[in-house]
Amino acid sequence: MNNEQFEPVIIGFTCNWCSYRAADLAGTARVKYPPNVRLIRLMCSGRIDPTFVLQAFAGGADGVLITGCHPGECHYLEQNLKALRRTMLLQRTVAQFGIEPERVRLVWASAAEGVYLANAITEMVEEIRALGPLNWPQVAALNGKSHVLTPAIASVVVSEELVEAAI
Amino acid sequence: MPQERIGVYVCHCGSNIAGTVDVEELTAWAGEALRHRGVVVARDYKFMCSSLGQDLIAKDIKEDALTRVVVAACSPHLHEATFRKACADAGMNPYLCELVSIREQVSWVHTDKAAATAKAKAVISGGVERVIHHAPLEPMSVPINPATLVVGGGIAGIQAAMEIADSGFHVYLVEREPSIGGHMAQFDKTFPTLDCAACILTPKMVSIGSHPHITLLTYSEVEQVDGYVGNFNVTVRKKASYVNSDLCTGCSVCEEKCPKSVIDPVFEAGLGYRKAIYRSFPQAVPKFPVIDADNCIYFDTGKCKACEIHCEAGAIDFEQEDQILELNVGNIILATGYDLFDARRETQYGYGRLANVFTSLEFERLTNAAGPTNGNIVLRDGETTPKSVGIIHCVGSRDRKFNNYCSVICCMQSLKFAHLVKERTGAEVFNFYIDMRTAYKEYDEFYQRVLSEGVHFIRGRVAEVTDVSNTPEEEDKLVIQIEDTRIGRQRRIPVDMVILSAALEPRHDSDEVAHQFGISCSVNGWFIEKHPKLDPVATMTEGIYIAGCAQGPKDIPSTVTQGAAAAARVLGRIQQKEMALEPIRAEVTEALCSGCRICNNLCPYTAIVFDEAKEVSVINAALCQGCGTCVAACPSNAISGTQFSNEQVMAQLHGLLMLNIMEPVVS
Ligand SMILES: Cc1cc2nc3c(=O)[nH]c(=O)nc-3n(C[C@H](O)[C@H](O)[C@H](O)COP(=O)(O)OP(=O)(O)OC[C@H]3O[C@@H](n4cnc5c(N)ncnc54)[C@H](O)[C@@H]3O)c2cc1C
Ligand code: SF4
Ligand code: SF4
Ligand code: FES
Repeated sequence: MNNEQFEPVIIGFTCNWCSYRAADLAGTARVKYPPNVRLIRLMCSGRIDPTFVLQAFAGGADGVLITGCHPGECHYLEQNLKALRRTMLLQRTVAQFGIEPERVRLVWASAAEGVYLANAITEMVEEIRALGPLNWPQVAALNGKSHVLTPAIASVVVSEELVEAAI
Repeated sequence: MPQERIGVYVCHCGSNIAGTVDVEELTAWAGEALRHRGVVVARDYKFMCSSLGQDLIAKDIKEDALTRVVVAACSPHLHEATFRKACADAGMNPYLCELVSIREQVSWVHTDKAAATAKAKAVISGGVERVIHHAPLEPMSVPINPATLVVGGGIAGIQAAMEIADSGFHVYLVEREPSIGGHMAQFDKTFPTLDCAACILTPKMVSIGSHPHITLLTYSEVEQVDGYVGNFNVTVRKKASYVNSDLCTGCSVCEEKCPKSVIDPVFEAGLGYRKAIYRSFPQAVPKFPVIDADNCIYFDTGKCKACEIHCEAGAIDFEQEDQILELNVGNIILATGYDLFDARRETQYGYGRLANVFTSLEFERLTNAAGPTNGNIVLRDGETTPKSVGIIHCVGSRDRKFNNYCSVICCMQSLKFAHLVKERTGAEVFNFYIDMRTAYKEYDEFYQRVLSEGVHFIRGRVAEVTDVSNTPEEEDKLVIQIEDTRIGRQRRIPVDMVILSAALEPRHDSDEVAHQFGISCSVNGWFIEKHPKLDPVATMTEGIYIAGCAQGPKDIPSTVTQGAAAAARVLGRIQQKEMALEPIRAEVTEALCSGCRICNNLCPYTAIVFDEAKEVSVINAALCQGCGTCVAACPSNAISGTQFSNEQVMAQLHGLLMLNIMEPVVS
């Protein structure tokens, strides 16, 4: 670790219809936000498998942003309510792993809310920056817990960057 | 997994990307760092989407035997189709091409060149990892049944049905009430031209009733919808009317002879009576009456049968039962219209408590020559002509307590009422408005005409309508209390009659209807269109279209426009005969499915059914719209989605986190 400002890595999940388009709009409108977030496009926020989020943490992300259409506006009726339920469950689950629940955040953004989404990203980056790096595998190891959730994660753990970080 | 041969193409987008991202470095990096992941060629170009840029990709696909393509450029919503097509033209399956956005998500939103370039690397790495797991897909082709279902026989449904039937294709028109016509049939005059509603509507209704390509199912409702675009199976319940339509001549003697009168809450808006055997109105289409069994004396006591005795045609049939009809159609248009806001909810205006407060629909019946007063504008006593009338705009609209939205038609409808009162009674007329919204062809001209007729306009929101008088001239009057915002003073205006221009609201059952047809409602309850500007009559569900006030408040011209537009969309589909569906679908692997059925109720399109024999869940590919909810929920990992499988998402995640940079893809 050096003295430079900590730059968190945040993985963001977007749905194809609203929040991805909000991100597009933020771009078209040239609204600026920090480059710490990397987005994955899904068809709907209902596609979010809790494992994706845990994988992201295990793989080195410091925060996960889940985004979707506003309640009542999901293009697949109301699958975003399932995302809401899963997020709440996830926040409770990660807390038990010793991860601050604030590292999982849910934001509704309509296709018109580019500025709003950009602001939400900026806010989250600041918040995670304040929380500091996650270093989950090391934390888990310190607590004597196994951080191996699935074989896929095990392969992540031996990746060089994390081994380096662990030293 | 055999090593793929991947091409990476970085677009400069002029300076749009190249201005903030070091595209040369990015390209060189992709070619080097991702070589062990299968990247065999990485190129950058000024405008990748131009034909020269596309040629570049096509040439590599052919000469370098590429098996995958990643384009780093603008949003997939802009150019995914372009690059897929370029790949397909060069002989590669289009779904093996992935477009990642380094413009909307990188160069346009970030400023620091080094940081932006670093992020662009992660984005490309994610795309490369993901594309490795893509599989070649073929669009599914489904045949289109040329028959169409139209639900709702208001002016929107009438227009849509007519356009399709006139083109020679069959239409089933399902209407809940005994007659088609909808709200328009209740009106006397229509703004802004004041043509008589019946004169322009009834000929259309008659054409519907006699059209060789239209099956008119009135007094009917849709019970169930199965299937998918091109091939819907619809179950319709045709309620027993107790009148045999093969024999009935529509003479209406039965109506005359029926001894039981009931208040008609639908067509007469509660202002008039109908019989227990009735047609909604004399020009009803179809012309056959129905017996309202709940109010019929015979059904209640077993005695009466006056209608049967007097029917010369012998058409009355007390034994008739509901009929269940199965229809096969390729497309569906929903034109179920609106309900009027229940003005009793705005308690301070006294509707339902103060006799001479009327709703807008009641007033329509009052002015209608065929209405309960033969068109005489009189007070609730049925005799007295009002000397002064107050018309209150925006009742239940633009009001946070009820509906935030503007009901669009109320200003014009209130102006129409003001004109009619003036013309027919000479009474003093006061319009109470918040803003005057008369934006459409000839609408403001109409406003000016009403202004010149001496109608008073008072700006503000009415606080109260009361029968408590403060002064002798307020005695026996309804007093309208308002802050006149143009002079900044409280005023009390005594009138004989008050008309409430009530909001248009979504049908009370719009949620259930939306659910039945697999579409959604906005927060306010209106059916949601596919795109508010560019696709206003399609929905997110293929093969389901919406038209008229079911989509949102609007006047008759816009309603008719949407009816015709929905018909045009359906006709386009019918002409295609078949249609290709995006192959973004979920699939159950039988061997992994434990039969827990967790997924069965999750699917918003009821695409998942349980195969009792095999004890596994099965997804109907044509119904599935690819949301992926079931994939995420299946505890056995038995469901996978083309284009969004666990492997694809995980791989992209790992790519974005640059975890696999040092690891070659193992075979
Ligand atoms: C008081 C008043 C005055 C107006 N005056 C004018 C005017 O002068 N000029 C003008 O341009 N506009 C006027 N409007 C607006 C006009 O009423 C609408 O634009 C128009 O009627 C909308 O037509 P529609 O077919 O969408 O809906 P509707 O007229 O509501 O018709 C919908 C039809 O669908 C049927 N239905 C509903 N649900 C189902 C179901 N589940 N299954 C089967 N059938 C169903 C209903 O019974 C009805 O027949 C006025 C509105 C009001 C309230
Ligand atoms: S959730 Fe999965 S295991 Fe359960 S029935 Fe559906 S497909 Fe089968
Ligand atoms: S992906 Fe969505 S639409 Fe398709 S079967 Fe699963 S839940 Fe239904
Ligand atoms: S489509 Fe956006 S949350 Fe479902």
